[in-house]
Amino acid sequence: MPLALNVNGAVCPLPEDLDPSTPLLWVLRDTLGLVGTKYGCGQGLCGACTVHLNGQPMRSCVLPVAAAAGSRITTIEGLDPAGAHPVQKAWCELDVPQCGYCQAGQIMSAAALLAKNAAPDDAAIDAAMAGNLCRCGTYLRIREGIKRASALAAGGKEAVS
Amino acid sequence: MKTSSSLGRRRFLKLSGLAGAGLVLGSYLRFTGDAFAIEVRGAAEAAPAGARLGAFVRIAPDGRVFIAAHVPEIGQGVRTSLPMIVAEELEVDWRSVTVEPVPLDRAFSRQSAGGSNTTPANFLPLRRAGATARVMLVEAAARTWGVPAAECRAESGAVVHTPTDRRLGYGELVALAATLPTPPAESVPLKDPRDYKIIGRRIGGVDNPSIVTGRPLFGIDQTLPGLLHAVYVKCPVFGGKVVSADLDAVKKLPGVVDAFVIEGTRNLNGLMPGVAIVAKSTWAAFQARRSLTVTWDEGPRANDSWDGLVREAREALGRPGQQTPRNEGDVTVAIAGAAKTVEAEYVYPFLGHTNLEPQNCTAHFRDGALELWAPTQNPGGGQRMIAETLGLAPEKIRVNITRIGGGFGRRLESDFMVEAAAIAMKVAAPVKLAWTREDDMRHDHYRPGGVHRLRGAVGQDGALLAWDARFATFGNVSGRPGSGAGISGNEFPAHFLRDYRQEMSVLECGIPMGYWRAPGSSTLAWVTQCFFDELAQAAGADPYRYRLKLLENPLQPKPPRGGFDPGRMRGVLVDAAERAGWDGPALPRGRGRGIAFYFSHRGYFAIVAEVTVSPAGALTVDRVVASGDVGSPIVNPSGADNQVVGSVVDGLSAAWVQSDDVKDGRVVAGNFDAHPILRMPAAPKVVEVRLIQTDNPPTGLGEPALPPLAPAVCNAIFAATGKRVRSLPIASVDLSWS
Repeated sequence: MPLALNVNGAVCPLPEDLDPSTPLLWVLRDTLGLVGTKYGCGQGLCGACTVHLNGQPMRSCVLPVAAAAGSRITTIEGLDPAGAHPVQKAWCELDVPQCGYCQAGQIMSAAALLAKNAAPDDAAIDAAMAGNLCRCGTYLRIREGIKRASALAAGGKEAVS
Repeated sequence: MKTSSSLGRRRFLKLSGLAGAGLVLGSYLRFTGDAFAIEVRGAAEAAPAGARLGAFVRIAPDGRVFIAAHVPEIGQGVRTSLPMIVAEELEVDWRSVTVEPVPLDRAFSRQSAGGSNTTPANFLPLRRAGATARVMLVEAAARTWGVPAAECRAESGAVVHTPTDRRLGYGELVALAATLPTPPAESVPLKDPRDYKIIGRRIGGVDNPSIVTGRPLFGIDQTLPGLLHAVYVKCPVFGGKVVSADLDAVKKLPGVVDAFVIEGTRNLNGLMPGVAIVAKSTWAAFQARRSLTVTWDEGPRANDSWDGLVREAREALGRPGQQTPRNEGDVTVAIAGAAKTVEAEYVYPFLGHTNLEPQNCTAHFRDGALELWAPTQNPGGGQRMIAETLGLAPEKIRVNITRIGGGFGRRLESDFMVEAAAIAMKVAAPVKLAWTREDDMRHDHYRPGGVHRLRGAVGQDGALLAWDARFATFGNVSGRPGSGAGISGNEFPAHFLRDYRQEMSVLECGIPMGYWRAPGSSTLAWVTQCFFDELAQAAGADPYRYRLKLLENPLQPKPPRGGFDPGRMRGVLVDAAERAGWDGPALPRGRGRGIAFYFSHRGYFAIVAEVTVSPAGALTVDRVVASGDVGSPIVNPSGADNQVVGSVVDGLSAAWVQSDDVKDGRVVAGNFDAHPILRMPAAPKVVEVRLIQTDNPPTGLGEPALPPLAPAVCNAIFAATGKRVRSLPIASVDLSWS
C-alpha cells in the first residue's frame, strides 16, 4: 500500500518505490516539488526545514516520511499562499529577510509560537526561536516581526492559522 | 515505477491550488496597503516584450518597467537597491517596476558581488543608465508632438509637454524611443539628489513576497524536467586523490543512476579529485555516499593540525619577518627608551563560511554547450574556471545566476560550479549537485588563521610612542599569503606614529583559503584595536579619548595613499561614543563598555559594545551602538540598516563561538553542533545604528561594519572583568571573575 501524505490540505499519493525512511524534507522538495522548505544541516540543528505537523513545529530533515503519514502537514507554501498570514505580512512590512534562506523555517516556527501564545514576550520569543539559525543575523528584526505579527493578528483582520 | 513523481506532483498542485513548484522565479504576488507594497514578477512570467532602452531597462507597451538586476543577490540587498537607482533617474513609480534576473552577459561590465564594491561601482553608471532611457523617452515624446524636448518633462512613467499639459506614457513612447540614437552616457542630465523620490526611501526586498511564501528562488531550488541529483565525495584531507573506489557496489543501490571518479586538478580552489554519485533524488545520492568505499592517497598534508601550525607560527615569530610591509623610524630605540612597554600575542583560528544554503549548482550539458544555474557571487570567475578546467569555450557556457542563501565570500570561489559542470558533462541529463552540510563545512575555503606578536611603547606623559608588530600567517604557496591572509603597511596605527614596524612571515599549509566577509579586516581589526586598548590602559588613558587623540594628530595633513581620512573616522568615533553614553555613570563590576573603530572597504565604522559577564564567566552582549560613514546617499535605508545589524550579529557570532579546528589534515567540525552559529537568545538585545551622511560618494555596506565589532566586545569584556581576550573564539576563554 503506497504512502500518502496530507500536505497543505491536499492528499498526496507517493510513489510506490519511495523508501519510507526518506526524511519528509526530501519528499517535499524532490518528490512533491515544494522547495520552500529548506535543507540546512540534515540533523535537526538549524531549523531551516521546519514545517508544522498537526500545528506543531517539526524538523522535517530528521522525520521519516512514514512517520508523517496520517498527520496534517503544513509547509511554508501552505501557510497562506497569498502571503496574508500575519507573520508573512509582518516579515514583508519590516523587511526581515537578508539572504532569505532560513526564513521559511523562521516563519513556520514563529507562526507556531503565535498560534499558542498570541502575545509572546522577548523571553518566549527567544525560547521558541532558539532552534532556528540565521547566518545573516536577522534575529533582531525577527523579534520585531513576531511582535508586529502579534499586533496584526490582534487587530482582528487576520486569523492566525 | 508507474506512479511518476511528476504525476503525483501535478495532482497535488491541482488539489492544493498551489504553484510552489516550477522552474525559476515564476512568482506573482501583490501586496498592498503598506509601505512595502511592491509587485514582484519573475522573468518566466509572460509579459509583453516591449522594447529595450540600454542593457538595464525594458518597457512594455502597457507601461510596465523591467529593470535588470545584474549583480548576484546574497542578502546584501542589491536586487532591490540597484534597480532603485535606475528607477529614480528613469522617473518611474517603484510600483511599476519589475526586477528581472539576467544571466552572465557581456552587456554588463561587472557581475560579481564582493568587496563591498557593488554600490560604488554601480551608483553612477546606473544613474546614467536610467537617465539615458529617460532622455530617449522625452525625445520620442517631443518628436511625436513636434515640440522642443526642452518643453517636456518626465514624471511617473510618462512624458508631459509642460506648456500644453499633454501626456504620453512610457509604454506608448518606448517603440519610437528605441529607434533613436543613444546619447553619450556622460551627456545625460542627472537628477538633483534633493529631488530623489526612490533613493533614500525604505523599500523592502523585491523577493520578500516570494521568500515568505516559499517560492523557488535559490540555487538549491532549481528543477528541470528529468533532473538527476548528484553528490561529490572528496578526500577528507585537503589535496588528497582517489586511488580506487568501489563504484559497482554503489551503482547497485536504490535510486543510483551512475557513479564515477573525476580525476580533477591540483588546484585547491578548483576541481579537486573525487567520486561523483548520480541518483534519482537527493536522498538516494546522500544515502549512497554512506555506502561508498574509497581508498585515498591523502597526500603530503595528512599530518597538518592547527596546534602544529600555531607551534610553527610561534617559532616564526621568534625570527625577523620574511617581509616588512612598513618600517618607519626606529621602533627598537623608541621602545628601549620608553617609560612603559606592552607585549602581547593575539591568535585566531581558521574559520569556514557556513552559508546556510550549502554549496550546490545545477548544470545541463547538451549539444556541446553547458548551461548552469548557480548560486555564485562570481559568475564570470566560474565560467572562466570551467572553460579552463574542462576545455570548453566560454561562449559555450551559459551561467544563470540564482538568488543565494548567503555569500560571505564563499561563493566567490567556483569549486562547486566546476564540479557540477564536470559531472554534467558525463551525464545525459540535467544534474543538480548538492553538497551535504558535512561536505560544506569540511571543504570550505577558510578564513586564514593567524598569530600576531605585538610590542608597543608609551611615554611618561602617556603618549603612544611606538608600535612593533610581527605577524605569522598562512598560504598554500611559500611566501604568498592566502586570500585575506596578508597585511599591508597601512594597518593602523600606521600614518599616526613616527616609530612603526609591521613584519610578516607566510607559512605554507594545505588548508584552502578564501575571502571571508571583510577579508583581513575582520581579524586585523580585532588584533589592532584590542592591542591599542592595552596601550591605552598602560597610558592610564580613557580608551575612547586615547583613540580620538591619535586620530587628531596624523603624521600628514592629507590621508596618504592606502590610508584613511582621520576626520571621517573621528566623526563616527565621536558619534558612537556620544550615543552610547560613554561618559555616563560608571558601570558596576561585571559590566563594561568597549570601543573600537575600523576603516575597510572604503567605509568608516565605530562601535561601542556594552556587555555583562557573570562571575562564572557567562557573557551577555546587552547593547551595541554602531556609527558609520559610507558617504551619501544611502540608497535603501532599510537594506543598509539590515547590513549593519547583520554585520554586528555575524561579527559577534564569529568572534564568540566559531572556529574550525584542523586535525590530521582535515577540518574536524561537520555540522552545527561542532561549528555553531549564534542563536537568537545570544544575539544582542539592542543594536543602534546611525549612518552619518557625509558629502562623499556612496560606498558599500556588506562588510565595513563587521570588523570593529569583535574588538569592541573584547574591550568591553576587559572593562567588565579585567581579563584580556587574546585568542578567539571568546567562548574558549575563561571569563570568570571574583
